[in-house]
Formats: sequence, structure tokens, C-alpha cells
Amino acid sequence: MATKASRSAARVMMAPAVILLLGWMLVPLMMTLWFSFRTYLPLRGGDLGWTGFDNYVRFVTSSAFWPAVQTTLIIVLSVLVITVVLGIFLAMLLDQPMWGQGIVRILVIAPFFVMPTVSALVWKNMFMDPVNGIFSHIWRFFGADPVSWLSDAAMPSIIMIVSWQWLPFATLILLTAIQSLDSEQLEAAEMDGAPKVQRFFYIILPHLARAITIVILIQTIFLLAIFAEIFVTTGGAFGTRTLSYLIFQRVLESQNIGLGSAGGVYAIILANIVAIFLMRIVGKNLDN
Amino acid sequence: MGQIQLKQVTKSFGEVQVIPPLDLTIEDGEFTVFVGPSGCGKSTLLRLIAGLEDISSGHIEIDGKDATDLVPAKRGLAMVFQSYALYPHMSVRKNIAFPLRMAKMDQAEITRRVESAASVLNLTDYLDRRPGQLSGGQRQRVAIGRAIVREPAAFLFDEPLSNLDAALRVGMRLEISELHKRLETTMIYVTHDQVEAMTMADKIVVLQAGVIEQVGSPLELYRAPRNTFVAGFIGSPKMNLLTGAEAAKYDATTIGIRPEHIDVVEADGAWQGTVGVAEHLGSDTFFHIHNTGLAETITVRAIGDVNLKHGDTIHLTPRAEEIHRFDGQGLRIE
Ligand SMILES: Nc1ncnc2c1ncn2[C@@H]1O[C@H](COP(=O)(O)OP(=O)(O)O)[C@@H](O)[C@H]1O
Ligand SMILES: [Mg+2]
Repeated sequence: MATKASRSAARVMMAPAVILLLGWMLVPLMMTLWFSFRTYLPLRGGDLGWTGFDNYVRFVTSSAFWPAVQTTLIIVLSVLVITVVLGIFLAMLLDQPMWGQGIVRILVIAPFFVMPTVSALVWKNMFMDPVNGIFSHIWRFFGADPVSWLSDAAMPSIIMIVSWQWLPFATLILLTAIQSLDSEQLEAAEMDGAPKVQRFFYIILPHLARAITIVILIQTIFLLAIFAEIFVTTGGAFGTRTLSYLIFQRVLESQNIGLGSAGGVYAIILANIVAIFLMRIVGKNLDN
Repeated sequence: MGQIQLKQVTKSFGEVQVIPPLDLTIEDGEFTVFVGPSGCGKSTLLRLIAGLEDISSGHIEIDGKDATDLVPAKRGLAMVFQSYALYPHMSVRKNIAFPLRMAKMDQAEITRRVESAASVLNLTDYLDRRPGQLSGGQRQRVAIGRAIVREPAAFLFDEPLSNLDAALRVGMRLEISELHKRLETTMIYVTHDQVEAMTMADKIVVLQAGVIEQVGSPLELYRAPRNTFVAGFIGSPKMNLLTGAEAAKYDATTIGIRPEHIDVVEADGAWQGTVGVAEHLGSDTFFHIHNTGLAETITVRAIGDVNLKHGDTIHLTPRAEEIHRFDGQGLRIE
């Protein structure tokens, strides 16, 4: 955009997109803020007027708040670690020349195309069901008592389901990054006397830094808001109530829109705190 | 020490044999250049020596010891790649120090060697930059620095200058030659550019389709090319290779005469033709001559700026003692 004319033309042409995007974000945000300061109980009298910061105080002081924040962070962190570590491993495997490479790659990516609700239901009913699930059959085959996964090990189960969903995404991004590594760099390192493990830590991993950053940032955005997986499996019980699930319960189960909206504002704040931390830690990888 | 010997080395990729059985000895301290057209197997040969490719059969000996099955790191050779292959996330200092760190050398010695390499290569001011912030020539020097700190038995260069512009290339050519004179270490240098080969080499190995066509000093190849391929490949502009009746006069299938060995005369030359394109370099002028009655266009080098234009008639006489004769197989007849 070199000239004044082309710059202003560009502004005019971008305007519709910018306005749409702003409306898309601002309207719900404003409504959330608006309701968070009101007592709004749809089934018990409707909009009952201003309450100041009451909703905010009630939301944080509720005994469910801090455990929900903790649960959210544990799920996000665990899934990030699992998908990034396994993603690097799978990407390196898929980068090797092998027979049936195309089909294997499609199979690895497939879980990403399954809707979260469906995949959580499949996990719940076909794998983790203590009576009919495949796991229970395996356990019984070895003479062990079947585990009722979703009640006795609810958090690990949820983390496993969500990781399974996001692993293909991480693998795909990391695979393209690995493929862009100049093979002469690896050969140079080999000649410089770096054994395989060193080549991984000194050459491959730094090369992947940017892709890992992107995986972490994008996944965090989506993982902070996971909902369907919890809704169809544990329903928030057994210590799996995340912040977004808590908000859902306040709005729909307790029919308290004001309280839920205040929770929504907290969720926005939490997401921003996490984002700031992430940008501090990994964001510098995005600079050239 | 750095004597390298290839004994009946072959290399196949699947069904395709890229290097047929090949014997070659590279003496300690020698600057050897592999030269040949693109795709003739120069890089493959270099990578076999480096150990980056496994040889299909035969033996490689380094300093008299069998190195055929040694991993690259254990061969004591250092390589400079065409793409430089610098580590982009490390500073110049760390790049150069990398092989030493891998060898678990102590920090004081690493620092000493890195700084001395940097001062030899004029990189002292750039040690804390990343490769991405350097020019092509500087990156090239970092790659060389990374090779020299290891004090290897031999250096391997794979077309190291082909990514540089013409002026830098001439400069780096001199620097590498200087470096060889100073270090007196064996160097193997791969290029497709016969000018680089002629100017730098102690010994040139001319390759075609994986086969060694001739091995010799630059002047040996210039004066006595063993066959028509070497005759046409070495020397710039290319040697004129003439066939047919003109060659038969000399009892040969093909005769060769270099452009610089043909004299422009006033009249009564052996050949007469019209001037086509004239390339004026100031010091020399290259004329491309047509309509001489010969099947081939003739290239002539005249010293200085000769005043002949496109379409002028020119008379030429080849110097009889400079004519190379080749038989039906393209081999030299003495
Ligand atoms: N990894 C490989 N797989 C199959 N063929 C190869 C491989 N590397 C090189 N070749 C083939 O070997 C021949 C020589 O290649 P190379 O040594 O790179 O040539 P040069 O360096 O002389 O240009 C070429 O025909 C090339 O296609
Ligand atoms: Mg090559």
C-alpha cells in the first residue's frame, strides 16, 4: 500500500468486514455486561432491575467457583502437554517414508472431523462403559474389575477424550513444520557430531518452536471453552465442572441470567490472563 | 593428515546406478576439484565420502584406514553445503561452536577456537548475530568457520559459491584458495563451473555420468585433454571441435582447436568466414564466425579490441602445433 489513494481505498474495502466483526463481538459482549449488573430470573419474575456488583460477588464467593477455575486450567494444561508431546512424536513418525503413507495420514487426521458431541458419546458408550465398553471387556479378559471411568477417573477420562480430539490438529501443524526443515541442516548437524537425540533437541525442536506456539495458542482458545465433551459424559459431576460449564449451569439450570453473565465476564478475564501469560512465554517465538 | 582413497566404489539409487565402479586417490593436503555438468554425480560422490550416503559396494579409506562403515561424525571430515545449512536459531558464535560443543570440548578452548576462526574469516563483528541477519557472503564464511574450528582431516565443499553473485564469487574463490594455502588441509571441492576448477585446483577430476573422464592438474587438462568431452568442458570459451573433411586432413575423426589458438590474419588464411556476434570484453574480443565451409561455427579469441563488425569477412589460421586430434571413440591421438 504505497500511495495515499490506495491506502484509503483499502480502508473503505476493509470496512464492511471490520464492522461486521465488531458487531459480532461487541453486541454479545455488551449484552453480557448489561445483564451481569441486573437481576434477571426468566422463570421467577423476569428482569428485576439493577443489582450493582451483587452477581459478581455471588459468583466468586460460591463454593463452586475456584474448583471450576482449577478444573479448567488442569484440563487446558494437560491437553496441551499431551497433544504437543504426542503430536511431535506422531509428526516425526509420519514424516518417515513408509508404505501407505497417504492413507495413514488421513486416518491420523480423521478424529478431527468427528463432532465433539459424537466423539464424546462414542468414548462414553463404546469404550468407557463399565458394562459394555471395550475397556471393560479388556479388563475382564485379564481378570481385573472393570473401571467405571467417568465416575472413578472422571478428569483423566475427559482429558483423554479431549486430547484424542485435538491430537490430529497438533500433529498436522507439526507435520507441515517438520517437512519444511531443510534436510541439509540435519546432515550438517550429523557431520558436526550430533547424535540423534541432540539433533532433535538442537535442530528439530527449535525449528518447531513457531509451530508449537501456534498449536498452543489456537488450542488454548478452544480448550478454555470445551463444553460438549463434559455435557454428554459426566454432566459436570465428579470434579469435571469447568468455568464454562458452571456458567451454563447458572444460566440454564438455575435460570439466573444475571449470575451467569457475571460468570461470563470472569471467563473473559480468565481467558485474557491466560492469553497474556501465553504471549509472554511463547509469543516471542512468533517474532522473526 | 587427510589422504582419501576410493576403491571400486559404486552407488545405486534403486535400480539406477549413479556411480559405476570408481577408483580415486586424493593425496594429503591436495586441493581436488570434482567438476562436471549438472546431474553427473558430483554431489553424490562427495556425500559418499562424507558418509551421508551409504556406498552400494567398494571401500573408502581415510588415511589408510577403512572408513566404509564409519558414521559421518567419526570420519573427521567437515562439509560446507550449497545452502550453507546454518542453524537459523543460533547466533553465529553458537553456529561455529556447535561441532566443538558436540565434541564436549571445554569452554575456554571453544571460545579460543571460535574467536580465532572468526578473526581469520572477518566475522568478529558479527558473532552475536543470527544467520538470517547476514549477507550471502557472510553466511558462507560462517559455514566455513563451522568447518575449520573442528580442524578436520579434510574439507568437503559442495558448490559453495553457486548462491553468490559474480563479484562475491570471485572474492570468495580467492579466500578459499588462501585458506587452503594457510591450513594445508586436504580439500575436495565440487563445482559445475570449470573456471572455479581451473583457478582453484591442484588436481581436477572431470566427471560425466558418474564416470571419471580425466584426472590431472588444470594445465594438464588444458594442454592434453584425454577425450572430446574434457576438451569441450575445460577452457573458456569452449574449444572448437571440428569433424568431417577438415578433421580428415589431420588423420582424425575430430580435431579440436582452442579459440585463443586461432590467429586472425589479413588474407590467405586457412579458413575464411563472416563475423557473427562479437563479444567485446576490452582485453579480448570473442568472434563467432559463420559460413566458413565447415559444419561448425568457429569461436575465435582476438587480443585487445579488434575492429571487426557483424557481417565483415574474416580470415583465420589455426596454429598447427595447438591442434588436438581425437579418434572415432573421441579419445585423444598423440
Ligand atoms: N536420493 C536420491 N535418490 C535418487 N536419485 C538420486 C538421489 N540423489 C541423486 N540422485 C540422482 O543421481 C544423479 C546425480 O546427482 P548429483 O550427485 O546430485 O549430481 P550433481 O551434484 O553432479 O549435479 C542425478 O541423476 C540424480 O537424479
Ligand atoms: Mg550437486
